[in-house]
Amino acid sequence: MALAIGCRAKPGKSRDNKTGSWRVFKPVFDKEKCTKCGLCMTLCPEGCIHQTDEEFVEPDYTFCKGCGICAEECPGEGIAMQQEEK
Amino acid sequence: MLEITEGSHAVAEAVRLCRPQVVSAYPITPQTHIVEALADMVANCQLDADYITVENELSALSACVGASAAGSRVYSATTSQGLALMFEVCFNAAGMRLPIVMTIANRALGAPLSIWNDQQDSISLRDSGWLQFYAEDNQEATDLHFIAYKVCEDHSVLLPAMVCFDGFILSHVYEPVDMLSQEDVDRYLPPFTPYQRLDAADPISFGMYATPDYYHEFRYEIDNAAKRAKEAIKKAGKEFNTLFGRDYSAMVEGYRLEDAETAIVAMGSICGTIKDSIDEMRAEGKKVGLLKIRVFRPFPSEEIAQALSKVKRVAVLDKDISLGAKGAVAIEVRDALYGSATPVKGYVLGLGGRDVRKKDIKEIVSLVEKGVGDQFFGLRRELL
Amino acid sequence: MVDKTLELFDCGHRACGGCGAALAARLVMKGAGKDTIVVSATGCMEVFSTPYPETAWKVPWIHSLFENASAVASGIEASLKKQGRTEKVVIMAGDGATFDIGMICISGAFERGHDFTYICYDNEAYMNTGIQRSGATPYDASTTTSPAGTCSFGNKLPKKDMPQIIAAHGAPYVATASIAYPADLMQKVEKAINTKGPCYVQVHAPCCTGWGFEGDQTIAIAKLAIETGLWVNYEMVDGKVGKVKKVVKKPVEEYLSTQKRFRHLFKPKRQDAEIATIQAMADRNAEKYGIEIKLKKE
Repeated sequence: MALAIGCRAKPGKSRDNKTGSWRVFKPVFDKEKCTKCGLCMTLCPEGCIHQTDEEFVEPDYTFCKGCGICAEECPGEGIAMQQEEK
Repeated sequence: MLEITEGSHAVAEAVRLCRPQVVSAYPITPQTHIVEALADMVANCQLDADYITVENELSALSACVGASAAGSRVYSATTSQGLALMFEVCFNAAGMRLPIVMTIANRALGAPLSIWNDQQDSISLRDSGWLQFYAEDNQEATDLHFIAYKVCEDHSVLLPAMVCFDGFILSHVYEPVDMLSQEDVDRYLPPFTPYQRLDAADPISFGMYATPDYYHEFRYEIDNAAKRAKEAIKKAGKEFNTLFGRDYSAMVEGYRLEDAETAIVAMGSICGTIKDSIDEMRAEGKKVGLLKIRVFRPFPSEEIAQALSKVKRVAVLDKDISLGAKGAVAIEVRDALYGSATPVKGYVLGLGGRDVRKKDIKEIVSLVEKGVGDQFFGLRRELL
Repeated sequence: MVDKTLELFDCGHRACGGCGAALAARLVMKGAGKDTIVVSATGCMEVFSTPYPETAWKVPWIHSLFENASAVASGIEASLKKQGRTEKVVIMAGDGATFDIGMICISGAFERGHDFTYICYDNEAYMNTGIQRSGATPYDASTTTSPAGTCSFGNKLPKKDMPQIIAAHGAPYVATASIAYPADLMQKVEKAINTKGPCYVQVHAPCCTGWGFEGDQTIAIAKLAIETGLWVNYEMVDGKVGKVKKVVKKPVEEYLSTQKRFRHLFKPKRQDAEIATIQAMADRNAEKYGIEIKLKKE
């Protein structure tokens, strides 16, 4: 692909970088404990946790780096970090 | 309209006519009269620009980077220490492909501190990617600003440009200048149409970083753009000639060169002195000519080789010195003539405002006839 | 009111897992909205968000050099004014670009009173180049250029009071914030953006890699910084301090012991004198800003 003049780019290309591959641990969300407070969505440094149709939350595992902030901060202790099988 | 005007004021007027939206410059001798004149114009509603009184030159050019990226035609001016202070911004602006025009009122670089003229400052930035124009007199200094904006805003170029004119020698001297009218300039230079700009309606990231996988090609592209400027200069110069009767389409200009045996190569105001000296030498029967370099970047290699193809010897004058090597212009001219047997000698002179007189030129011609050169000319031996 | 559901800082950026600065970028953009032009200084945030051609920014964004973001922003603001455009200019720079190399440009820009918002994400060292000290590095923190060793306890110099310096330039709104309190951060950003003139928000953004803690502790540590009084969240409107975040104050040890950059204060030997010096700094902050919630003793 031809270079952009002046080393510029339009939005969107960062999504080519699938940071989910960085993970060692994976956050697993427990719907039973979820109070839909949305704190995990706010605190994720990737911004990859989104609301499902039922207003529960789900991370986009393509990008989730497994940092564990969501699990640490969830007030209902509804997120557990599990070692991923690769 | 023909006016007797100070060089700085002529430049300021030319800039005013180009309708920059943002002016951002830091005062430094001998450019001060330009920025003062522009401030005066803004204060009297003659120039509708945002005039940013920045706190240093690095900020001056940085503000131009921002304003240009946001979609405005911008202007700055500096010299010597100020240009050196904005060294990294110069490389940055060229790499970001922003069409900024900046006047350089050429002045020597310290240490030792000097406020007087030589061309070390702009020549030292020849690697930066900026186009570089050198004015022989205040008419050229004025006109080259119109040319510079036209060329650098061309979407096939998109590089910043320096218009260089010798500090004090031109900037503070009154000469007759035929100044274009606002109508003239509006006809020649349309409003700035950025190739891209910072715009929430169409977001773009400017100035990303390039890994080794990409950097090499980005630099190649900038080099290509600088080379494409040759065509853009030709086009812009031709159009200027058609409209206004002054031809800037050539990057080099010969004076009495056609049948010359000795050619002197030089840039800037020194060319005026050289022309007068040549007239006197010609009257005495010496076949001397001048090749004036008006555009130093992109470097007119082929044009120089072509123009000097028939002379017997070449004397290149440098108002600069690449310390530890030679005068920068001489090195590049010699490179342009590589493969030809024509001897090329370089002379470093006029540093820090040391006056160059007609008899100095004659002496240099004698030296090059004897094959003596590649030296500092005119040293005060009693000091050494 | 800005639409806070918008994600204007996209996934795929290369920040470390658990990065405080990445979270700061996301939250600041939620407070700023899409009618924003962002000017970044060289640093972690710029580097992890824009390796050509992958940009994480969904708003117009520009990076020039390390020290000149304020000057570039000044030019953008001037240009927008002349063009009659309404986008807001937001600078995002780390503590290195702000406290140190950017001082000249910042001083000039704030003195000229341009209408922009300056966000400093403060991870307390030059992180992107490998954890070297900055003017924001706290006392006794170990960095690669202020390392703890047999004859040093780390950084000997106090943290520069950047908010005060900015306020002294007459900035109409100056605030400190933290990723630990995202709603407060977003509110302060929005207020800064909607206040005419040059505004400044300094955001505490703990760095797991540089400070030495596990990525999941970022928010917890940011909270401890505030609870111990080593970081104070407050606002200055026209130079007057207000809206100080009050805490039930904890001893500084609880914060210092969580991070490798302070480990030398505890191992191999506990350095009581140094910890006491740091406690005194926290106490002075507590006194100066009135952070303590005094619990009634039963």
